[in-house]
Parts: sequence; structure tokens; C-alpha cells
Amino acid sequence: MAVNDISFGVPAGLVKAVIGPNGAGKTTLFNLITGFLAPQRGRILYREQEIQSLPAYAVASLGIARTFQLVQLFDHMTVLENVMVGRHRLSRAGLFSGGLRLPWARREEAAIRDKALEALEFVGLADRAAQPAAVLPLGLKRLLEIARSLASEPSLLLLDEPASGLDRVETERLGEMILTLRDRGITILLVEHDMSLTMEVADDIAVLNYGRLIAEGPPRAIQKHPEVIAAYLGTDWQG
Amino acid sequence: MEILAPLLQYLISGLTNGAIYALIALGFGIIYNATTIINFAQGEMVMLGALCAISIYHVNPSLPLAFAGGVAMVTVIGLVFERLALRPVRDPSPISLIIITVGGAVFIKGIAMLLWGKDPYSLPPFTSNVPIGLGPATILPQNLWVLGVGALLVLFLEAFLRLTLVGKAMRACAYNPRAARLVGISTGRMVQLSFGLSAALGAAGGILIAPLTLGVYDMGTMLGLKGFSAAILGGLGSILGGVLGGLLLGVAESLASGLISSGYRDAVAFLILLVALFIRPQGLLGGKQ
Amino acid sequence: MRLPRLLNRWLLFTAAVFLIALLMENEYYLTLLNFIGIHTLLVVGLNLLMGYAGQISLGHAAFFGLGAYTSGILTVTYGLNPWLAMLAGMIISGVAAFLIGIPALKLRGYYLAMATLGFGVIVYIVFTEAQAWTGGPSGLAGIPALHLAGLSFDTPWKLYLLIWMVVILILILSASIVDSRIGRALRALHDSEAAAESLGVNTQRLKLLIFVWSALYASLAGSLFAHTMNFIAPSSFDIMFSIKLVTMVVVGGMASVWGSLLGAGVLTILPEVLVFFHDFEVVIFGGILMVVMIFLPRGLVRGLLDLKEFRRYKRQGGAFPV
Repeated sequence: MAVNDISFGVPAGLVKAVIGPNGAGKTTLFNLITGFLAPQRGRILYREQEIQSLPAYAVASLGIARTFQLVQLFDHMTVLENVMVGRHRLSRAGLFSGGLRLPWARREEAAIRDKALEALEFVGLADRAAQPAAVLPLGLKRLLEIARSLASEPSLLLLDEPASGLDRVETERLGEMILTLRDRGITILLVEHDMSLTMEVADDIAVLNYGRLIAEGPPRAIQKHPEVIAAYLGTDWQG
Repeated sequence: MEILAPLLQYLISGLTNGAIYALIALGFGIIYNATTIINFAQGEMVMLGALCAISIYHVNPSLPLAFAGGVAMVTVIGLVFERLALRPVRDPSPISLIIITVGGAVFIKGIAMLLWGKDPYSLPPFTSNVPIGLGPATILPQNLWVLGVGALLVLFLEAFLRLTLVGKAMRACAYNPRAARLVGISTGRMVQLSFGLSAALGAAGGILIAPLTLGVYDMGTMLGLKGFSAAILGGLGSILGGVLGGLLLGVAESLASGLISSGYRDAVAFLILLVALFIRPQGLLGGKQ
Repeated sequence: MRLPRLLNRWLLFTAAVFLIALLMENEYYLTLLNFIGIHTLLVVGLNLLMGYAGQISLGHAAFFGLGAYTSGILTVTYGLNPWLAMLAGMIISGVAAFLIGIPALKLRGYYLAMATLGFGVIVYIVFTEAQAWTGGPSGLAGIPALHLAGLSFDTPWKLYLLIWMVVILILILSASIVDSRIGRALRALHDSEAAAESLGVNTQRLKLLIFVWSALYASLAGSLFAHTMNFIAPSSFDIMFSIKLVTMVVVGGMASVWGSLLGAGVLTILPEVLVFFHDFEVVIFGGILMVVMIFLPRGLVRGLLDLKEFRRYKRQGGAFPV
């Protein structure tokens, strides 16, 4: 999907939601921000730094983490190991130091493990730590993906439809989790079809349609915005 | 004049080999377009073409029959290979497909060694073997056969892909397999067709070159690799690129072996490949990666 | 709990290696075991690349050969200390891998396979043609044995101890790498390159790193080979040998350090014990590659282990990827 001439800001420390009908360009927007796609023109600023030409790993190294609409786990690794990869950017053991288990690398490894377990506990998956990631049911896979991004201690977290595939109870817990993270100072950019979740957690909402920004504002204003209502009428407005 | 004669001679032999590389390169390109697989067994189809034609010729010494029979047999082998080795693949990751087709190449080569032994076989030239003078150099009629039939095959291929319905369907699959499926093109059928077609092209190349180089069970490996180098050099999946890459590679290695050392002939071909990968990985006529 | 178990396994393995050294007197068997050890070094490195980084080298024989010839030429022609020559070989192989890897790993899928294949052919031709240095097709003879503190590794028994000590160290090191930060990043990129990148893993650099690393193992194995045989010829380093190494990885299983030992062992012993194997060698190797990869894409041993694990977890309701 193409996105055109979108200009909006994500205020630090808040939850911003991006909504819009299917094909509005939300995932494309995510891919642009996180460096998986390069924009043909325009700029993406993160803390006054231009990041639009950075490769994905470099964007991640700045503290921008994301989840994927189609869950992307490391299927052949354990739940704990998945989250430990999240610590990659914050640790530095290399082939030699890690392979030879030098004292400092050993300490670092222990710290990675502790922090990973902490993240697992946060999402409530600590008791599954030793299982292969692939055997988790979808709802837990989404939580694992969140734990994994949290382990990288992001200052900006992009969640791409985190509630899809979750049941009511799980969705409610997710909502609480998002608010807890915000209170910890993590800025969150959320793409979500579940409107009740979005309205509940978002401080600010941007509405996309056909790759264009058609409205922006707090949830109450957005719900009454005529163009938004028009855009959603007759389309697959979900939730 | 003393320099010109050998240069012209190298050019002739280079173009001849290059035409064969081009045919193999096109085989790689056809399969790549339909499946994004690099079929490392492509070179073995060339070997099989030569040896099958030679065997048929020994039973019934008619060259047209040997040519047609060889191409037909190898086409069937190409189809069988696709059916048995590639369709059942459970994990179509590049690394699995590389290993499977490399395994297939080795397997086919081993079978050929068991069937035909390690000795080379000859196939008589298509017409007389009297060299024709061409300025200061000479050219064998078989060289002309290779160049002529090679050019004809390329034109046929181009016409087939551009003008026939099946050819258009194949190109559609290459551009956008999902859209092709939506309009009712069977991609499975197209994959099959691509394997048959490229096996046939390879076999034709093998039969054309056999009178000049002899046919032997291990000829396919090197020819296949050079065909692939040609495809990369020209731009994988482009017909004109494959032809250009093949001819360039043939001439370059022929010149190098003549002017530097014949022992390094094969090394030159791969040096060109490595340099091409360095400088222009998408190939001379390839689009963006 | 994890670490002691791991240590135990290594201690058992080391004990077994030494037990064999005490009991085995037959020089033929010892020599065979030495080849298995050398092949294991090659296969472990290739397995890190194939099983973990998801890339393939079809020219690993070239790095093996670079190590062997660098050791051979520097010791025979220039009288250099064999250990220094070994180091020089590793530097040369590492630099070569680095130069090939840069362009080839920028592109997806097939390019490293093709570039290494081309490199393998070139190196083989140079071994054959550069007669002034390499002795050409008839080979390079008179390579001295390795010495250490007055001890000369010149009998199959002493070589056995040397080679297998190296094998044990490399296996431990490799297993340890797999279980470290870099190893996790490698396994991660094999499962989902996008997710690995999204967590800050520079996948391209990591692939390059592991490719160079595996070339270093191969070069080390080559140097040991040269000092074991005291004679080397180009035929040990042809494309077919590269393909045999890939087959060993496939049999032992991708992403399995222990499997490398098994793959190298089985495919080194089989041709020796089965007389008919020689004629059918090519067909058998090709057949193994195709059949295993079609039905068990993670390799023979690994594939069977996966199936076992799959049964264990099926009750919990997830689908285990095979």
C-alpha cells in the first residue's frame, strides 16, 4: 500500500494510535518508520535525528522496537532465548568473548538472562520460559513478541495489531499492559483494529485512509469527526 | 596481420562456446523466472543431451534423429526431475533448494558415469568437417551450426514467450504469480513447463557442442557453472542478457586462454563472475535487485 | 543445572577420545579417526554457516586447500615454523572469505553459493596450474610434521592426540558460541531475518562474520591435513570435496554441533568399509543430499530429533515446525 504526504508527530511518553480501514497504509507506515522500507521522499525524525535512510537494525539500535502483524518469532528457540535476543543491542559479547566465556561476557550473559526473565514475567510467560516458541498458542505468541521488544528497552514501541487473535480477557490484559508501559515512560505507537481497546488506551489518534492522514486528535474528537465517520461508513469497520 | 589471425580464431571459438553458455544461461533464466529457483542441475542436462544423442546415433546413425531424440529424452528427464525432486519439497527455502539441485546434479552425473563410463564419446559433425577460410582465420562448419542453431533457438524462445498464449502465461507468472493464479493460470503447470523447456535448451546445447568437444559424463558441471555465470553476468532472467553474457564470457575466456595461458581458461570465467558480483550484481541488463 | 550437564557431556567425550587412544593400536584405524577429526573441523564450521546463518558455501574445499597449501609452501619452500604457517593460512583464508562475502552476502539466496563455487573452481585451478609454487597436479611433498615442546607429531597415534585435542576444543568453542549472544543472533536470523533486524541485529554483518569464521576452521583443518599427510595434491580440494562436506552437514543435521561429528564420522567411514561404495560414491552422495533435504530439511539427525520433540509438545497444542 502506498502512503502519501503523511505528516504527524508522536508525543513522547504517550500512546498514539493509528487507525484506518484495511489497506489504509498503516503497516506500510510502520515499515517506513522502522527502516524495513525506505521512503521515496520525506523525512522521519526521531529525537531530532533523521532516520529515514537507516537500515532496520540501526533504527532498532536507537531504541525503536516493534512487533509484527503476522507474528515473527524465532520458532526453533525457546521462549526465554527469544526474549534474550531482544537484549542484543544492549550487550556486546562477540564470537571470541562469548565463545570463550570470558568473565565479563559471563556476567553479561547472566544479566541478559535476568532481564529477559523480567520481561517474561511482565507479560506473564515466565513459566513457559523453557518451551520452544513455536508451541505457544497465538495469544501467547503475541505476548512473547511484546516481551521480546521490551527486553530491548525501547523508548518507542510500535505495536502492529497486537490484539488480533486475542480473546476478550487477553485483550483486556493487553490494554492494561500498554498503559503500564506508558506509565513507565515508553512512547507507544499502536495500530489496532479493536476500537474499544484503541479508544481505551490511546491518548491521541491519527486516522489514515488510502494512504492519507484524514484526521488527528484525542479519541473523543476522532469519534465525532465527520470525515472519519464517512471514511468508515460501508467499509469493514471492525470492533 | 600476424596478431589479427589468432585473435579472429579466438573470437570464433569464443563465440561458439559462448553460444552454448547462452543456451544454458537461458535455461537458468527460464526456471528462475518461473520459480526463483537456481537449478544447479542445469549443466547435467547439457551432458545428458550430448550423451543421449550419441547413444541414439550409435543405434541408428541419423543426426536429425539423434538431435530430436536427445532433446526429447532430456526434456522428459527435466520434467521427471521437477516432479520427483522439487515438487515434494517441504521447506522451499533457498538453502534447501540449492542443496537439492546440487544433489540432483551430482546424482545425475553419477548415474551417467555408471551408464556411459568415464570415457569420452564422439559425435560426427552435422555436416562436412572441412574448415572454411574466413580472412586470415578458419571456421569449422560445426561452429556455424552452433551459432546458427543457437541463434534460431533464441529467436524461437523469444517468439514463444512473446507471441503464444502459453508463453505469455509464463511471463505473467514470472511477473506476478499471485495475479497469474487469479486469472486462472496454473502456476504448477508453468513450473513444469519451465523445467521441460530449459532441459530441452540445455540438451540442444550439449548436442551442438558434442562434435567439437566430445561427450563425457563430467562435462556438465563446468558448462553449467559457466552458463550460470553468463546468466548472472547478463542479468538473471533476461533473454538478451543471457545471450550477451554467454557470448561475452565465451570470448573473454577464449582470449584469456589464448593470450595468457590455456590452463587458466576456466579460472577466467569465474573471475569474471566474481568481479561481476562485486561491481554489478544485478547483471548487465538486469533490473534492480 | 544446565552447565554441569554440558560439562559432563564434554568430559565423557574427552574421556572416550583418550580411551580410544590408549586402546587403539591399529594404525589404519587411527589414521581413519584422524581423517574423521579433520573432517569434523570442516563440517562444524560449515554447519555454523548453513545451520545457523542459513547460508551455504559450495567452495569450502578451497579454504581447506588454502590452509593446506599455505602451510605446505611456507614450510617446505620457505622453511617457516609450521605453527606460523598455520596462522598465515588462516589469515589468507579469512581475508579471501571476507572479500567474497562482502558482495555475495549483500544479495539474498543464491549468490554466496555461486560465488563460493566459482571461488572453489578458481582456487583448484591455481593449485593445479601454479606449478612453480604448488608442484602442480603431482603435488607438494616433504611437508614436515608439527612440533610442540620437543615432541614431533609424526605417527598416527601422536597425530590422533593432536587432532582430537583440537577437535574437542573447537567443538566446545562452537557449542559455546551457539549458546552465546552471537549464537542466539545467528539462530534468530535463521528463523526470521526481519525480527532479528527489528531487535538491532545487523544480519548482513553477522552472516559475513560467520562465513569468515567457518573459513578459518576450514583453513585450520587444511593445515592439520597437510602436516598429517606430509604431502598434498590438488585432487583433495576439488568441488566434489566441497559437496561431500555439505553432505556431511546434511546427514549430521543442520544447526547441530554434535551432528557434525556424526556426519563427518559416518561419511568418512562408509566409503572405507563398503567396497562397492567407491563406484557409487557420487550417486550416493547426490542421492543423500536430495532425499534428506526433500523430506527432512533440517538434516537427518536434526530432523529426527525435531520429530521426537514435536511429539513431546503436540499435547500442548502448538504446531512444531519441522
